Amino acid sequence: MLNLLNEAINRTGIKADKTIKNLNMNLTLKIWRQKNQNDKGGFESYQVSDVSPDMSFLEMIDVLNEDLVKEDKDPVHFDHDCREGICGTCSMVINGRPHGPKEGITTCQLHMRSFSDGDHITIEPWRAKAFPVIKDLVVDRTSFDRIQQAGGYVSVNTGGAPDANEIPIPKRIADEAFDAATCIGCGACVAACKNASAMLFVSAKVSQLAMLPQGQVERKTRVEKMVAQMDEEGFGACTNTGACAAECPKGIDLSNIARLNREYIGAKLKSENVS
Amino acid sequence: MSSVLNSKVPEGPLAEKWEKHKFSVKLVNPANKRKYDIIVVGTGLAGASAAASFGELGYNVKAFAYQDSPRRAHSIAAQGGINASKNYQNDGDSTFRLFYDTIKGGDYRSREANVYRLAEVSTNIIDQCVAQGVPFARDYGGLLDNRSFGGAQVSRTFYARGQTGQQLLLGAYGALNRQISNGKVKMYNRTEMLDVVMVNGEAKGIITRNLITGEIERHSAHAVVLATGGYGNVFFLSTNAMGCNATAAWRAHRRGAFFANPCFTQIHPTCIPVSGEHQSKLTLMSESLRNDGRVWVPKEARKGLTAKEALNIPEEERDYYLERKYPSFGNLVPRDVASRNAKDVCDEGRGVGPSGLAVFLDFADAINRDGEDLIRSKYGNLFDMYMQITGDNPYEVPMMIYPAVHYTMGGLWVDYNLQTTIPGLYAIGECNFSDHGANRLGASALMQGLADGYFVIPYTIGDYLASQPYEKVGTDHEAFDEAEKTVNDHLDKLLNINGNKTVDEFHKELGKIMWDYCGMSRTGEGLKKASGMVKELKEEFWKNVKVVGTADELNQSLEKANRVSDFIELAEVMIQDALDRAESCGGHFREESQTPEGEALRIDDEYSYVSAWEFTGNGAAKLNKEDLVFENVKLTQRSYK
Repeated sequence: MLNLLNEAINRTGIKADKTIKNLNMNLTLKIWRQKNQNDKGGFESYQVSDVSPDMSFLEMIDVLNEDLVKEDKDPVHFDHDCREGICGTCSMVINGRPHGPKEGITTCQLHMRSFSDGDHITIEPWRAKAFPVIKDLVVDRTSFDRIQQAGGYVSVNTGGAPDANEIPIPKRIADEAFDAATCIGCGACVAACKNASAMLFVSAKVSQLAMLPQGQVERKTRVEKMVAQMDEEGFGACTNTGACAAECPKGIDLSNIARLNREYIGAKLKSENVS
Repeated sequence: MSSVLNSKVPEGPLAEKWEKHKFSVKLVNPANKRKYDIIVVGTGLAGASAAASFGELGYNVKAFAYQDSPRRAHSIAAQGGINASKNYQNDGDSTFRLFYDTIKGGDYRSREANVYRLAEVSTNIIDQCVAQGVPFARDYGGLLDNRSFGGAQVSRTFYARGQTGQQLLLGAYGALNRQISNGKVKMYNRTEMLDVVMVNGEAKGIITRNLITGEIERHSAHAVVLATGGYGNVFFLSTNAMGCNATAAWRAHRRGAFFANPCFTQIHPTCIPVSGEHQSKLTLMSESLRNDGRVWVPKEARKGLTAKEALNIPEEERDYYLERKYPSFGNLVPRDVASRNAKDVCDEGRGVGPSGLAVFLDFADAINRDGEDLIRSKYGNLFDMYMQITGDNPYEVPMMIYPAVHYTMGGLWVDYNLQTTIPGLYAIGECNFSDHGANRLGASALMQGLADGYFVIPYTIGDYLASQPYEKVGTDHEAFDEAEKTVNDHLDKLLNINGNKTVDEFHKELGKIMWDYCGMSRTGEGLKKASGMVKELKEEFWKNVKVVGTADELNQSLEKANRVSDFIELAEVMIQDALDRAESCGGHFREESQTPEGEALRIDDEYSYVSAWEFTGNGAAKLNKEDLVFENVKLTQRSYK
């Protein structure tokens, strides 16, 4: 593990004061393996050794996968892309918690210094009816896309916009809308919820656009359509346990769900559309 | 000018070219637009905005993304901001100034007319995004706030905390979703394009692989738009997402699209340094940090200096080398200058951290001046990200940063209409070479992606479509048979080698060759050596790569192998291009070509051209040159002193 670093040090021609210490760990992983959507699936155990505390959690799985490929075995499939906590692709339940033991981060931002030598780590996919497993730790989250397609936007054609500074927006409102808008659509909220409810996800978009002047025209129809689609996808109901907000890597606040409820009731009382 | 390349830049004064061109291009009658199908590959800023705009105009669109959702394209990770010459700050900005800064920042290796158009439409982008509900940062009066960025002396960068790319992409994703729900765009997630289908020399469709089922599918259309991003992952370690790849662009190149300036890669100065061999990617710390952070190393080499120990180094023993060497731009010099200087001080042995391959980015002065709260409100998420990765707290100790591959200015050659050398095939966003010359300024990638997608291609594609028959080529055409066979053969070959080395092992070796010999600083001798090394690696790859699983299932091992096989071929052209360009310019520093002070020395008489490489199939690409003509700016040796 230290080869590259020590090699890099040599290349600079500097004499390092001390060689870098080896604090590496040996771990036991229990990982959900499932060949495809129709397979029943089950846990399998793997030993990984010499894990550096500076590795990210996904890099640790990369190392495991390199070993599996060399043994002619199918590597553990998992979703990941940006590896900097913003694309929302990575999605692992680690020791029972979506995105692992630390708050406010995604799986790809979790580093092995959060674990200790000898640890047993259980890794599962998101579990929800609306997120069917595709393979191993990879799940299908297109239900989230369909909810957004139902109304999570402002209907403005390209070119039809007034000057950006025409409507001043108080900083407080802009900041609050931004906080809601930082949802990365990873689905940890659903995975954390005992009912597999998508209320936090839906509320983030509804809140963002309900607060901004640009979102006013479609404010009522938007919330009605998005909630209808959410129900159709088979997400569960919200019972306000707050597990979603506790596990959200972006800190989307539970108050957004309160706003969603208020928006929804308000819209239904004066419904302009939707059956 | 070479007769093969026609840039189609309109005649007339610079400021009137685009207006004039919009009037002269052919239009497709609104009622006829529904008779045309367009394929858009990639759903980042350029792809999503183009697909949405095509849908709004009435075209039928098929959009493709390898990710599980269009919202996950890597534009989402752009941090700092987006430039626009709104001049809201009343500090003297204008279309011409943004144009001038971009041309100069690109070290005079981009096309004047394209860059001017980019500056011209930049203001429309901000209007459009605000109307979509993008929550840009605002001041206390409720108006939009701006920050300044490297390579500019005005404040023209609009931002949404450190997540501007995310907010802009989600805006475009919303616009795309609206068209999906209207039935004008059909979205194909987890689908990767593996070839362009050519009928009578024109692009008439694509071959894709469904990444879940492995199914190879045929899609026919009247035109194809590639918005597939850059090729920074050739280097293995980069700030790109793990899945970013060059396959779509490369396969188009193999079918006849010229590849322009492939050696122009941008090494971003502010990334978190490498921590070990396990490293899978590098994380960028936004360039906006250089607004408040001061870059320094100790005056005397201090072996293995940690961030904590840095606090004990007195002011007079610190070398704020950017402020010292470039007093007028200071820490805000363009990216290439900042990167090269970081490399230089580390080469001198004054680098810090355990590897000696890092410099400090220090916020102590800014925190003293503005308070921790203000700094937190500007950069909170970046500081958190840094803390998470390194374990150090940048509110208390300086950050450590080092350059890393971030963006590729090179890409498919396109004319003023953004059409490649294949009629009917377009390239937009980072995928083309169009606007950034030899070096891209910060906050200009988002601008270009959205300019191309919202405000350029919706007009220019009509010029081609208007001349096309309504009837589409059927997917039973022999060209589809041939392309599908090519794709299947390639996959089968990869699966049947059964060698001993994993794909990642090959990829890491390739990355190391490219970083060492075709990275921040290059020599003719080194490049020749690298050329031989890549050739050997390619031979070994096709004899000894190990890919497990089958082609008809979700197989991430096969996906990677397929992409790396293209990276290797692309690397060969990158080296060929770097070798040809025996001058230093922008991100391309040839050690043989420097000023007495060690700054990059451009050679305008010999190298004022775009290198457009043509695929020949015999291992060496053929060079075509597009001469660059500058009528509106005077070429000067860039100076940020």
